[in-house]
Amino acid sequence: MLDQIVLARLLTFITLGFHIIFATLGVGMPLFISLAELIGLRKKDPHYHLLARRWARGYVITVAIGVVTGTCIALQLVFIWPGFMQVAGKVIGLPLFLETFAFFFEAIFLGVYLYTWDRFKNPWLHWVLSIPIIIGSVGSAFFITTVNAFMNTPQGFTLAGGTITQIDPWLAMFNPATPSKVAHVLSSAFLTVSFVLAMLAAFHLYRSKRHVYYKKALHFTMVLGLIFSLANTFIGDLSGKFLAEYQPEKLAAGEWHFHTEERAKLIVGGILHPDTLQVEFALGVPFALSILAKGTPDATVIGLDQFPRDQWPPLYIHYFFDLMVGLGTYLLVISIVYVIVTLAQKRGKLMRLTKWNRPFLALIMAGGPFAVLAMECGWIYAEVGRQPWILRGYMRTSEAATQAAYLPEMLILFVLLYAFLGVLVVTVLIRLFRQTPPEMELEAKKIIL
Amino acid sequence: MELHEIGVIIAWVFLYGYLIVASIDFGAGFFSFYAKLTRRDHIINKIIERYLSPVWEVTNVFLIFFVYAVISFFPDVAYVYGVALLVPGSIALVLLCIRGSFYAFANYGARKNIYYLFAYGVSGLFIPASLATLMTVSEGGFISVQGRNVELLIGALVRSPYSWVVVFLALTSVLFISASFLSYYADRAKDVDAGDLLRKFALYNSLPTIFFSFFAFFTLRNHNPEHFERMLDMSWMFIASLGCFLVALALYIQRKWYGTAFIFVMLQFAFAFFGYGRSHLPYLLYPHLTIESGVTSEAMGAALIAAFIGGLLLLIPSLYLLMRLFIFNADYVQRGKGS
Repeated sequence: MLDQIVLARLLTFITLGFHIIFATLGVGMPLFISLAELIGLRKKDPHYHLLARRWARGYVITVAIGVVTGTCIALQLVFIWPGFMQVAGKVIGLPLFLETFAFFFEAIFLGVYLYTWDRFKNPWLHWVLSIPIIIGSVGSAFFITTVNAFMNTPQGFTLAGGTITQIDPWLAMFNPATPSKVAHVLSSAFLTVSFVLAMLAAFHLYRSKRHVYYKKALHFTMVLGLIFSLANTFIGDLSGKFLAEYQPEKLAAGEWHFHTEERAKLIVGGILHPDTLQVEFALGVPFALSILAKGTPDATVIGLDQFPRDQWPPLYIHYFFDLMVGLGTYLLVISIVYVIVTLAQKRGKLMRLTKWNRPFLALIMAGGPFAVLAMECGWIYAEVGRQPWILRGYMRTSEAATQAAYLPEMLILFVLLYAFLGVLVVTVLIRLFRQTPPEMELEAKKIIL
Repeated sequence: MELHEIGVIIAWVFLYGYLIVASIDFGAGFFSFYAKLTRRDHIINKIIERYLSPVWEVTNVFLIFFVYAVISFFPDVAYVYGVALLVPGSIALVLLCIRGSFYAFANYGARKNIYYLFAYGVSGLFIPASLATLMTVSEGGFISVQGRNVELLIGALVRSPYSWVVVFLALTSVLFISASFLSYYADRAKDVDAGDLLRKFALYNSLPTIFFSFFAFFTLRNHNPEHFERMLDMSWMFIASLGCFLVALALYIQRKWYGTAFIFVMLQFAFAFFGYGRSHLPYLLYPHLTIESGVTSEAMGAALIAAFIGGLLLLIPSLYLLMRLFIFNADYVQRGKGS
């Protein structure tokens, strides 16, 4: 029998793990839709216009799932973690409120945007409506991430005898973890969306559809994919430096760095023996951890020996860290290769290497699920890495979970719900796009093929 | 005014907002299904679809606002309800999710599917019933609180006449609010058939609504006499509510001014809802938690109120735009342009 705390964590994990797929798409998609419409308007290119329209159509369906699972997590915070909400609610009420306002703003304009495609005489007016959607989606990601950042580096209050006093809500919101977390969440959301959309275009090209519409879609998403890959790598590095300074135990657990030392080496891969703490089959890169943590090869990196054993995060987060970095690197390499080949071909070189060759398209297609997987891994690393704390340094996760009965039944209930929603969303999306392929729509709009 | 008073007002305003918009939505689901069963779906479904499509995302937000307002202003209340309501709350949540996700389906032909309409219509009745139960437990006697141990007394809830009356009141109210709004919307669309049918639905549900309101009033007297006394002290609010109801009813009988009638229906529920809420005070959970358990931090209160005002400054013009484009825009309502 699983105990109450494990059940509570499992239920939250399942809800959030499912929600963040749609939340990530929700944060990133509006920018892509808006940019495609912008290019369509500026270049008077109906292909981009159709791209924006079709993405928006799929987006509505993912938003629907994002909204309902978001409602779930909002209420589950109270149902599953009442002890936490009782203490922290006084401090995180502000960003939670602001997040809802941002989402409300987005929801209103999304409704307006989706139902006014052909309604304005001036098409730019319709494009302008996409801007509040971007502001709303990025805004809600920002505010909700500050809540999570607060749980990692709490500040802006004093805790005395179980009650929080002397609250400074703005200080709590703009805590040390906020900048790097927000930046990483946003850049990885945009990166994920670019590869998910690239996957769709690559899929059609892979199936030997040669319409220029798909080529434009692939080009657009891969170029953005490169930009966000670079941004994401840079910001990921900043996050490492942040951890070294503010949450050294998370970095140390993720890197199996047991002893505080200078010129620390980075451990890649490997298997850990949990009892002896011996690492096997790992590749050790000298100095790399010091560089990652402090920016210089001979810096001292704090190890787990500085922390009592009962405050260590679980050591399995190393696998998630490596997987996240590995998949992120894959995405970076693929997008670099794509852009290099494109540039070379523009100059008349590498012409024998056709960009639409099937193995390469398959590699791009793999980027979609890989990006989502990397995002999940990074999230698991960040969340499990602050165990045993729910509020680092103040409140342990075990003190916050609900005491109510029937948690196992609720777990089953929600697993069934998400399984149903998952099947539903995939079926609906496939049906939607199969029924009206872009060739058909282009023809219906009298766009010359 | 004290911070916790502002907090309770903010929470209550959002819950009232949810009451109205969610009722329209839930009722519409039921009418869709009912009309299909009685082979009248071709008359009203177009109206329902046209209204709901652009606005459905907005509905859930009111509920979240309410929950967040409770968390931030009354964390102790959030604790007790959070522990007690895990099971009924989760079930309501699952129903809300299934229903919300159906909107994704609805745009792609599922509306013609009878199973879909059944789930959509029936959930439209189950959700308000379960949410109404969450309200019932605030009257005391259904939650046992001993220190950190909190438990929902399901048996007491199921056996209580009061809780059943509240459930029926919720159901009839949802259908009444929804039908009044939709008949107004159909009227704007100059859709005479839909308007007539929906007006009939409004009339069918008007008397049961008022009947259960009275009934709830008197069962509360047995359940929580203290609260009943406080309600009598502010009886003018409930009389005003009844007055608004009679005006709306008169307009429906005479088949005119559906817009005005809907405003009176909103006023009817506003008076009743705020009267109920006001007389509920100082208790948030009788007799364990009072409004005094609310926020104490001045800084947080000020920040929340600033955020609230800032948010409203942003929302009101946007909501106005939404309504201009989709509700008060004769062109859209009648012919429906756009994809």
